Amino acid sequence: MKRRTLLTATLAAPALVESVGAQQAFDWRRFRGEKIEVSLTANPRSQLLLRHQKEFEELTGIRVGSESIPEQQSRQKVVIEFASGRPSFDVVGISLHVSKRLIGRAKWTTDLRPLIADPTMTSPDFDFDDYGKGAVAYATQPDGRLDTLPEFTDYHIIYWNKEMFDAKGVAYPRTLEEIYTAAKALTDPSKGQYGWVGRGLKNANITLWAAFLIGTKQRDSVSSDMKLLTDTDDAVWASELYTKLMRECAPPGSIGFNWNECQTTFSQGRAAMWLDGVGFAAPLEDKTKSRIAGKVGYGVAPPGPGHHHCGLYGSSFGIPEASRNRGPAWFYAQWATNKINQLRYFTNGAGAPARQSPLRNEEAIRSSHFPREFFDCLIESGRIAYPGLPEIVPVTEFRDTLGVALTNMIGGADIRSELRKATDAFRPVLEKSEQG
Amino acid sequence: MSASAGTGVAGGVATPARPLRRNYARRYAGFIVPAAVVVVAVIVFPWVFTLYMSVHDWKIGGARSYVGLENYITLFSDERFGWAVLRTLWFTLLAVVAPMVLGVLAAVCFHRKFPLRGVARTIFILPMMATPVAVALVWTMMFHPQLGVLNWILTSLGLPPSAWVYDASTVIPTLVLVETWHWTPLVMLIVLGGLASLPTDPYEAAKIDGANGWQAFRHITLPLLMPFIVVSLIIRTIDALKAFDTIFVITQGGPGTASETINILLYLQAFAFYQMGYASAIVVVFFAIIILLALALLWTRSRARIA
Repeated sequence: MKRRTLLTATLAAPALVESVGAQQAFDWRRFRGEKIEVSLTANPRSQLLLRHQKEFEELTGIRVGSESIPEQQSRQKVVIEFASGRPSFDVVGISLHVSKRLIGRAKWTTDLRPLIADPTMTSPDFDFDDYGKGAVAYATQPDGRLDTLPEFTDYHIIYWNKEMFDAKGVAYPRTLEEIYTAAKALTDPSKGQYGWVGRGLKNANITLWAAFLIGTKQRDSVSSDMKLLTDTDDAVWASELYTKLMRECAPPGSIGFNWNECQTTFSQGRAAMWLDGVGFAAPLEDKTKSRIAGKVGYGVAPPGPGHHHCGLYGSSFGIPEASRNRGPAWFYAQWATNKINQLRYFTNGAGAPARQSPLRNEEAIRSSHFPREFFDCLIESGRIAYPGLPEIVPVTEFRDTLGVALTNMIGGADIRSELRKATDAFRPVLEKSEQG
Repeated sequence: MSASAGTGVAGGVATPARPLRRNYARRYAGFIVPAAVVVVAVIVFPWVFTLYMSVHDWKIGGARSYVGLENYITLFSDERFGWAVLRTLWFTLLAVVAPMVLGVLAAVCFHRKFPLRGVARTIFILPMMATPVAVALVWTMMFHPQLGVLNWILTSLGLPPSAWVYDASTVIPTLVLVETWHWTPLVMLIVLGGLASLPTDPYEAAKIDGANGWQAFRHITLPLLMPFIVVSLIIRTIDALKAFDTIFVITQGGPGTASETINILLYLQAFAFYQMGYASAIVVVFFAIIILLALALLWTRSRARIA
């Protein structure tokens, strides 16, 4: 642990020196003595921020009260608190793929653009251009407001077991269709080995289905004029690929798997491929938890028949409009996503940072315990990333309705009729939501 | 307060007696205020507000509008709600019967004297002390189809592995297994208390009349235990109806909707879809179902008392 801290500190040294220089010109302490409340989602990234929170308090003199809540509960708490009109937090972590549109439409968080443009409020070393264009676009609302600051981008990649591939002489798939061919060849139930593992649990499974749909010509599940595109030929194609993989190449019981069961199965060497978020990589390389540490391949999602994309998900920090401490809160958001903390995310395998500078840090990449291939995959995925979920308010209902249809398909139900049924069931929900 | 005020006698002249109760009610009415405030705040107000919300279309983050009985009409035509009701009743039936049968048997066993009985009783009631969420997480790991210990045991014994909670056909019985493991000790404790309080005379009389062990159990023990069994039946039914934590942690209502009970559906509508109006309508209907079941159980209890 100490070694890693030292390493991160060394790698961050240039940024620190730069930061100290900038600090002389910028008054970080203008809000000293004030107190803010920060609500974070419990994950490796929030652990890093909590661990280094003292840095911020010493830099600014602002006291920080923090909470770190599991993802699902955090999403509910955030929405309910916002709806109350007086949220208890001044800075909040937001899952863009779930809550972006809801928060944007209700205008619950403040537009950050005036703050970014204000040199008295934004440190010169903030360097907004360093944030990835994709991450900024993802955090920007349809009306142009940047009401959250990008923190983390989650690309969906394919984790593959090199040993299993080598044993059967199978090559890494070059197209989405080839995933099935490879998975089929690698499946051997008599040995308890399967070519594929993926999310089957309703709601969670939509991200996997979306990984296939974004490779089709259609790409989106909801059109730009907010019409559902979930019973089209492309949607059927994505569902067929999903169903074939889950029925023929995945371990029994995958219908109830969320990412954690998939991770366990893959890390114990029972599955050859797993398509999921890049943020799940760390335990796979941990020899105390994984039987395949050092044997994991990190593959960019291959192209589909229409496009070449990987699913993009992400989180960001928002400052409530109702907050009385917007100034100190903005200082916290700047600090939390500064180059040093983003490098910490990167070197600790806590996920892909929203900033680009860590990805260019060759020294950090060389000294990481992750193989070079992991970083190449991450950088390449960043180039082809595309939002996996539609940007609509009832996104959880969308995931639930389509998710149930997918589990029914795994159970043997007719694909086209399940899609039609789910589309018909969700259409009025979407229409009502769009009417406001 | 003077003594005469209560008796209605003043200066030796008989006056019409004023009702005692009325006086007390007037004088001490203030004392019930704290309790009344609590009852209104934590029971009456939430209920009235739930009823109010159930006739509104209200999604968090959006506007609220009065829709009359529309939520209820939608609810009764909602196939998913219908299945959730049936699933809840099925789960409740199984999660009541299994712990009841096993709990009574365990109580009879632990009532007998044998070496280390105290230790055995303590071990038996341990599951009840565990936190439901922690229990559910441990069971989830054990149910893993490839890496769970349960399938390892099955295959070691030459039996085929099971999909446990990862298959629509086995998910409810498997969740009942967890409930049974967790709550059988409670039934056992209640019934064991009943057994300890039973008189010995009827058994002596039965022995003289030549009754065997089963006959004594069937015709003496069971009838005398019936009030205790009914109490545990009521507690178990309420527990099973409100079961949420175990199901949510282990399956989240899946696979698909195979273990989606009313509580899970209610949670989804309220805290995942933020449809507060519709969720409130579910609460009202679920409450009506619980009232009906409670009345049935109370009727059973009164019958058991008469018997």
